Amino acid sequence: MMTKLMSWLDERLPITATIERHLTKYPAPINMNIWYLAGVLLVVVLVIQIISGIWLLMSYEPTAEGAFASIQYIMRDVEYGYIIRYMHTTGASAFFALIYLHMFRGMMYGSYQKPRELLWVVGWFTYLLLCMLGFTGYVLPWGQMSFWAAQVIMSLFGSIPFIGEGLLTWIRGDYLISGITLNRLFALHVVLLPLALIAVIFVHILALHEVGSNNPDGVDVKKYKDEDGVPLDTKPFFPYDVMHDLYAIGVFLIFFCTIMFFYPDGGGYVIEYVNYEPADNLKTPEHIVPSWYYTPFYAMLRAITFPLFGLSAKFLGFVVMAAGIAIFVALPWLDRSPVKSIRYKGVFSKFFLVLFVISFLVLGYLGSVTPTPLRTLAAQFFTLTYFAYFFLMPIYTRYEKCKPVPERVELS
Amino acid sequence: MKIVLFFLLFFSVYAYSASGAPCGKYLSSDGSIEGECAKSYVNAEDLPSLQKGAQVYMNYCLGCHSLKYSRFKRVAEDLEIPLEMFEENLIFGDQKLGDLIYSSMQPKESKEWFGNSPPDLTLEAGLRGPDWIYTYLKSFYVDNSRPLGVNNKVYENVGMPNVLLEMQGIQESVCKQVPVISENGGIKQDPLTGEFISQEKCGFLEVQPGTGTLTPEQFDQSIKDLTNFLSYMTDPMKKERETIGVYVILYLIVFTVLSYLLYREFKKDLH
Repeated sequence: MMTKLMSWLDERLPITATIERHLTKYPAPINMNIWYLAGVLLVVVLVIQIISGIWLLMSYEPTAEGAFASIQYIMRDVEYGYIIRYMHTTGASAFFALIYLHMFRGMMYGSYQKPRELLWVVGWFTYLLLCMLGFTGYVLPWGQMSFWAAQVIMSLFGSIPFIGEGLLTWIRGDYLISGITLNRLFALHVVLLPLALIAVIFVHILALHEVGSNNPDGVDVKKYKDEDGVPLDTKPFFPYDVMHDLYAIGVFLIFFCTIMFFYPDGGGYVIEYVNYEPADNLKTPEHIVPSWYYTPFYAMLRAITFPLFGLSAKFLGFVVMAAGIAIFVALPWLDRSPVKSIRYKGVFSKFFLVLFVISFLVLGYLGSVTPTPLRTLAAQFFTLTYFAYFFLMPIYTRYEKCKPVPERVELS
Repeated sequence: MKIVLFFLLFFSVYAYSASGAPCGKYLSSDGSIEGECAKSYVNAEDLPSLQKGAQVYMNYCLGCHSLKYSRFKRVAEDLEIPLEMFEENLIFGDQKLGDLIYSSMQPKESKEWFGNSPPDLTLEAGLRGPDWIYTYLKSFYVDNSRPLGVNNKVYENVGMPNVLLEMQGIQESVCKQVPVISENGGIKQDPLTGEFISQEKCGFLEVQPGTGTLTPEQFDQSIKDLTNFLSYMTDPMKKERETIGVYVILYLIVFTVLSYLLYREFKKDLH
């Protein structure tokens, strides 16, 4: 009966073929380690965000007059509304924490190198979309920080020479941030951007399953196959990886729920205290700070304090900030190393990767505190070292001495 | 184990916590620290304290400050005050139990009277922190140069009158002789006579005895209760949330253990 039904379905829809290709016969390298969990957890968080988002949408009111009160309505009057909202706010932070780890994994093991260039580029687009989702979503509660963060970020477009002012008005839909701006950010946040994100993630996974997963050794597992054509150093994704991931998801959810239920504002990092006050366009908060996941780029923006070539400092800062986000996409072509994984790369690659991590973390800190002359100097220095990782990469990866890569994966 | 470590690394960003709002020119009782808020009392389980706080709020604060995101009935239920008793004693005017807690003062008028409308206080404890509110409330002092005759140590030149004056009594900013602290942390002594050296320091708050209806201890307790009530107001679901949270996490622990055992069984296949 069941087999008959399946064959009836298979003649019309490639169900069995899809399951085999993506689950039961997808070869996952046996040496994948803990860093490879971020990907599956990102999918979990995506689901959390979509579900909690839909439920938030049922009670949220996207107007300048009603937005702030409707959030409190969700928190107080909607049954378990506070759980839904905290799920969404905690999910936003978890999304970024995970995607940064996911990207770092790729940088560490050379997952962007041939043949995974497109996989990396598509992945970068998910990051870009996530940044836009984070920003548009942050404005929706219409608290003080929502309003002023929107003010600061949107005003960056106003710094573009010649077209800036007009472009800014066009983006805002008004001469200042207003209910009209809120409505269009709302439309982007709940319709366009999530649709695009899901589509891009779909392509990302499709591309991954075409070229296969990389592994910490960066060796090609498809080189040695058994008599059935199954790569030797792999295991089927289902059930082995799925079972492992299930256990990891459990551990992740314990941490996630600890924050959600016991520390929902995350010490002011998940929900900023300033946002407890409704938006007021006549009252600027003392310190305007973006969410923690943007602070490295915010520090770059503020690091440019001098005009150059007739361009304003603000515009140059904007360019540097945008470049800081965009530069990741060039990684596959900047890396000239014959080996993928940092395990077999030379000492310079290791040095610059560590320097990059330090720069990113220090910039993240500097972006979250008020600037002083010394801090600005530090931000300028670490912006340079951040970009040094990328711009010097074609040189140091080509001339450094690499270790020999093993033929097959090595299990410790 | 590795997975656990991984997640610890993951959320280590939360280990940092933001610093509390500094408290202007508020002096600690021994005069050694300026601008640090005094420690308030926050306990969502202490119903008598919350009830007392609600009573003070409805009587002294609600005239100007609304709690417009919350409802009377919710407060009565959460604080276990019988609905009839609540309606009779804590709702003034013709408001209903199910209404949002609005103040009877019109924002347009108050803006003319005070230069600024009194803010809604539903989320004040989240915005400024309970310690700030507690310290602010006990830091009003007589200042005849101000239009309302009072000033505040925490929030200088604030537009708010000292509505708690009746209870607290007249409080003034005074100067005192305080011991000079030497480099080793002890009190500085005159090297010849061995006498303790002191200096004058201003900004201490002192209540004129007998001018208020409450003793200093009673007043302190009242504003502690009021602060506790405002903390509850910002986060009324805290108790329920944490109860549910415990069950959720217990469930997840069971789930994780079972899925680990399942994973271990499957792992045996992989030589």
